[in-house]
Amino acid sequence: MSPSNSGAPTAAAAARPRAGWSLLTSELVLLFRRRRTWVLLATLAAIPVLVAVAVRLSTARAPGSGRGPAFLDQITQNGLFVSVVALTICVPLFLPLAVGVVAGDTLAGEAGAGTLRYLLVAPVGRIRLLLVKFAAAIAFCLAATVVITAAGALIGAALFPIGPVVLLSGDTIGVPDSIVRALLIAGYVTVSLAGLTAIGLFVSTLTDAPVGAMAATVVISIVAQVLDSLPQLDWLHPYLFTHYWLGFADLLRQPVEFSSFSSNALLQLAYVLIFGSLAIGRFTSKDILS
Amino acid sequence: MTAAAPELAIETRQLTKTFGRQTVVNNLDLAVPRGSVFGFLGPNGSGKTTTIRMLLGLASATSGEVRVLGQELPQQLPGVLPRVGALIEGPGFYPFLSGSANLIRLDSADRFASPATRWKRVADALERVGLTHAAGKKVKAYSLGMKQRLGIANALLTPRDLIVLDEPTNGLDPQGTREVRHLVRSLTDQGTTVFVSSHLLAEIEQMCTHAAVMRAGNLVAQGSLDELRQTGQTRIRLVTPDAQLALGVLAGLGLAADVDAPSERGVASADPQLIAPLPEEVAAEQIVEALVANGVRVRGFTVAGSTLEDLFVALTGEGFDVAQ
Repeated sequence: MSPSNSGAPTAAAAARPRAGWSLLTSELVLLFRRRRTWVLLATLAAIPVLVAVAVRLSTARAPGSGRGPAFLDQITQNGLFVSVVALTICVPLFLPLAVGVVAGDTLAGEAGAGTLRYLLVAPVGRIRLLLVKFAAAIAFCLAATVVITAAGALIGAALFPIGPVVLLSGDTIGVPDSIVRALLIAGYVTVSLAGLTAIGLFVSTLTDAPVGAMAATVVISIVAQVLDSLPQLDWLHPYLFTHYWLGFADLLRQPVEFSSFSSNALLQLAYVLIFGSLAIGRFTSKDILS
Repeated sequence: MTAAAPELAIETRQLTKTFGRQTVVNNLDLAVPRGSVFGFLGPNGSGKTTTIRMLLGLASATSGEVRVLGQELPQQLPGVLPRVGALIEGPGFYPFLSGSANLIRLDSADRFASPATRWKRVADALERVGLTHAAGKKVKAYSLGMKQRLGIANALLTPRDLIVLDEPTNGLDPQGTREVRHLVRSLTDQGTTVFVSSHLLAEIEQMCTHAAVMRAGNLVAQGSLDELRQTGQTRIRLVTPDAQLALGVLAGLGLAADVDAPSERGVASADPQLIAPLPEEVAAEQIVEALVANGVRVRGFTVAGSTLEDLFVALTGEGFDVAQ
């Protein structure tokens, strides 16, 4: 059986397939070239700026009121805490919103634009397309948390003093070490969002309407947080993907307490495996009629 | 699997697709010869696009077999698709990317396409469809016709053995339609098989060597254009002011004629026309002789083989009652 015996142009069939990094590169370029991605990232970057400016303006009147998110009072002593406060504020709503938009759009967006059928006949294998879409969405999660962390550090340095940081355990670390901690926290938050990203990817295989997939993903993250706050359901809490979302405070101890990091990573891995499998099962058996 | 070179570019056996209780494609036996320009004709909603989706592995068949370029689908899909270019149910592009960026994106998705020649191939494909001047323009600023051309350019990114074009001239002006015809011809010169779907008969008649006709999910005719023309019946057309007299003479010869009287439509000056199928045992000159002998004033007489249009209408029905 030789497909190239008819004299027809079969150069494509004769060549061996490449590893296929082109598609991942193309996907990342597509994602980070979109104006929507920039608007999302800019909105996230605005949160630490708003927090820092608000604190700076109000400290003159009511220093250390004791209200507000954790670490809010530390900001005035050390600008490096702006990042941590901003992440604490973003994790429950703003980050899930941004991730919901990107993860919900992955396949439903392509289907809605009519590009999915062209990708699949290009051809992209369906599992390969899912993997690339997931990888790009995770890259967005990382970009989002890094943007918040970096914007927080910059505005903190601009408005407040920068110096050695006093940790929750009472120890003091220097500025370089505290930057490492900040990056560790960004990593923690990125990992935290992996489960939600997988859920969004799965939801995105269910519909051709990207807005529906985005909304559903965000709603799921809110429902999970509500369930996580009901004490009657505490048997369920360790299994909710939102359970360890705010657990990154453990990274502000000396020595670094990695137990919540690893519990979180395991939990997110389980969500990625389950919803990734569901997405593969659904997408590989689906008729593409968009 | 046969070891010989497959003669058919596309072959389906008893291909069926149902959505719930609705059968969209029913026991389809397509046979598309290699190197042909194959017209896939049928009214809107007759199952053409669903069939194309099954040929490209986008939708799974409910039952039946599909072979494309001699390979069994869907098992051999990854090997077959790089050799197939397609325009499916209109163009689909990222509106916020330029025309060339869109093609780069789709070409990056093909693991058989060489990144080294990517830009060159994209430029060539754009040139072939006359879009070089708009290559850097965002697709949201494209007209429907330009998007359609870009869709065709995507099908031409790498050399293909089979090109599937679903309604390629949708939204194109007459000039663009002519260009697509030229393009299709130039493709077959290189040995590519072209599978074109359309609901417009004239289009198929002008560019295809073979055709199949769909109606409500069923294949109602298939073959070369000449074969299809022969399946229709020869008819006579008589122009005379003596319609009633002529009807009697024709009936005497065994011809059942329909009268088209323009005077009934308010056109007083034109003569009535009689149209009747011509039976094989009656010679045309016999009819004229009998008409003249009986005093019918013959002002016009033609014998015509049926056109493809007659066949198409006969097979698919007329008007809006076509899609069930």
